[in-house]
Amino acid sequence: MYNIIEKQVLNPQMTRLRVQAPLVAKKALAGQFVILRVNETGERVPFTIADYSREAGWIDIIYQTVGKTTMLMDTLQAGDAIADFAGPLGKPTELEGYQNAVVVGGGAGCAIAYPSAKALHAGGARVTMVAGFRSAELIMLENEMHAVSDELLIMTDDGSNGRPGFVTNALQALHESGARFDLCVAIGPIPMMRAVAELTRPWGLKTIVSLNPIMVDGTGMCGGCRVTVGGQVKFACVDGPDFDGHLVDFDELRGRNGAYRACEQEACRLFQSAKEERR
Amino acid sequence: MPNVSLTKTPMPEQEPRARAKNFGEVALGYSPKQAMAEAGRCLGCKTRPCVGGCPVNVDIPAFLAAAAAGDFAGAYGVIRQTNALPAVCGRVCPQESQCEQLCVRGKKGEAVGIGRVERFAADWALEAKCSEKSAPSQGQPSNPRPAEPPQKRAGEALRVAVIGAGPAGLSCAGELARRGYQVTIFEALHKPGGVLVYGIPEFRLPKRIVAAEIEGLRRQGVAFELNAVIGKTITVEELLGEFSAVFIGSGAGLPNFMNIPGENYNGVYSANEYLTRANLMRAFDPAYDTPTIQSKKVAVVGGGNVAMDAARCALRLGAREVSIVYRRTEAEMPARREEIHHAAEEGVRFVLLTAPVRVLGDENRHVCGLECVQMQLGEPGADGRRRVSELPGTNFVMELDTVIVAIGNKPNTLVEEGTAGLETNRHNCLLVRENSLQTMRDGVFAGGDIVTGAATVILAMGAGRQAAAEIDDYLQK
Repeated sequence: MYNIIEKQVLNPQMTRLRVQAPLVAKKALAGQFVILRVNETGERVPFTIADYSREAGWIDIIYQTVGKTTMLMDTLQAGDAIADFAGPLGKPTELEGYQNAVVVGGGAGCAIAYPSAKALHAGGARVTMVAGFRSAELIMLENEMHAVSDELLIMTDDGSNGRPGFVTNALQALHESGARFDLCVAIGPIPMMRAVAELTRPWGLKTIVSLNPIMVDGTGMCGGCRVTVGGQVKFACVDGPDFDGHLVDFDELRGRNGAYRACEQEACRLFQSAKEERR
Repeated sequence: MPNVSLTKTPMPEQEPRARAKNFGEVALGYSPKQAMAEAGRCLGCKTRPCVGGCPVNVDIPAFLAAAAAGDFAGAYGVIRQTNALPAVCGRVCPQESQCEQLCVRGKKGEAVGIGRVERFAADWALEAKCSEKSAPSQGQPSNPRPAEPPQKRAGEALRVAVIGAGPAGLSCAGELARRGYQVTIFEALHKPGGVLVYGIPEFRLPKRIVAAEIEGLRRQGVAFELNAVIGKTITVEELLGEFSAVFIGSGAGLPNFMNIPGENYNGVYSANEYLTRANLMRAFDPAYDTPTIQSKKVAVVGGGNVAMDAARCALRLGAREVSIVYRRTEAEMPARREEIHHAAEEGVRFVLLTAPVRVLGDENRHVCGLECVQMQLGEPGADGRRRVSELPGTNFVMELDTVIVAIGNKPNTLVEEGTAGLETNRHNCLLVRENSLQTMRDGVFAGGDIVTGAATVILAMGAGRQAAAEIDDYLQK
């Protein structure tokens, strides 16, 4: 069992869990993920590592409450335990040797973009961070992102805080104002990552995206996470989760991520109604 | 006086039509009387060819003699001396091509049902253990001849790390523990058992049997570290700092795909994924969160045991029509005859001399068909298997909603990450030294599918046992 040592609600949708997992923390690097199973009857679900402390032996994961597993996680508090927590899995993001990087996070993706920005910043790169949220109440990790970037641009779709517009608007404006980067890291919803990759393609700007397909074991065994990158089939769990955004088949990825949508919705509905019955 | 019957004592089975709708075990096992009768068919011949046919050299005539006399504890003890998982082997070993193939009784009539008696003795012992509480150790199932006492070493027992809690690792750990070593097994998944828990279905190998066998190893003092992905969480290099030797038995878990268009449509699964969802993640059990894979028409591509398991799982998960698509004929299928027979009995269709060309998808990117081409058999190739070639112009489409790809696995290279000196061949298999299971790195041994490529449970167990003996030699020096 893996103890939850801290739980923090970041915004109405997002929660941070700090989990005691010394062996995972000892090896974790930006871009890697864990697979957890909340309890004996739970699913194995991947979560990207949002932060870690080697000394204190914890891993942070930040999740959006969207399905049965995350609803179950919502019911846990500091002091409770998670049944299984394996990692760090996947390849770390390659962040060395860059001078001037732009890190783009969309919504929940900011939790995953943040460790990349942190690693780039620690490696001596100038970091511009563009973080997009649907509205002001959903903004999270502002202080953390601020601490690891030379420039932080917060965008909200509805303009309720920060600049109105999408992350791509900010990226376009940066480019038009003459900013030139040697790396773009884009992490967020599939349409956002695709839009960023399409924008940077004509600029010839290397763009790394982090994919989060459905997987079971996370070690290359099931092949459920296969994605097509540059015409080749890759397993996101062992070959990724980072890939060249200019080569990823996003249509296919979106299709595959929807494979269990009906089951997921049904599971959420049952969970909710069971919860209401208990009340 | 041996039982002179020319045929095996029949094994009771669930009716095909009934069992195709449940995950209960297909073969129901012998009664004590049936087990004694079948064991009594052994002639106790001097040449004992069966023992040489067993990858872990179980003393078959001795355990059959004990079973024939009704001494099931004694029979179990004999098996357990060289076999860490008798209840598993009695169910899933291909006895017909090993011990039973060499049985003298098989020259005229059927071989002795060695596997069936092994299974009975093991199940009997597991049940006896479950009910054992405060009973004195005498009279309990135990080795009739005491195993050589664990060798005492100066100070603490030497520690050995075993990577992978599948057949190779479990067998290696059991043998090392018996020899007095302190063993820790590192397993990437949340449950020990490897292919025994994620691959082989409940109806062929109930998971309570696997759990009981693993409990036996725990009682022997074997420790388990779950959720430990070696190469990621801990490297082999680091294990060498803490343990005197390391055994790698991480198997062949990387699924092969066909590399044909449309293979990434939703509804196309590797057999690994399909079986893992059904078995380890228990998709058939509503108490578990794993979504049920709801299929109507399923094609399973491949002709091995894994293909049969996937097809039979699909029936049990509610598919109306399940077909095995295989490019050669039934005679060339690598699956056990018994598995093919069981699948056919349950209603699995066999579409033979047929190879998939392309997966067809609908507007939701979900599979809706499989375009195939007919094949013809040619002359045997260098490996002795008959070549196949396409018959041009014979393409046809099978309408279906699920495709399961069961065309083999290769080893995963994760375990070697971060450790120098572990060499692999082009099939990802770990290289070992000549006439040995030691890898190119001193103190690191390997066995099972990670060395041979995908093979059988018992071969992996044989390798695990052999490696344990080598590790003992290595550490005694």
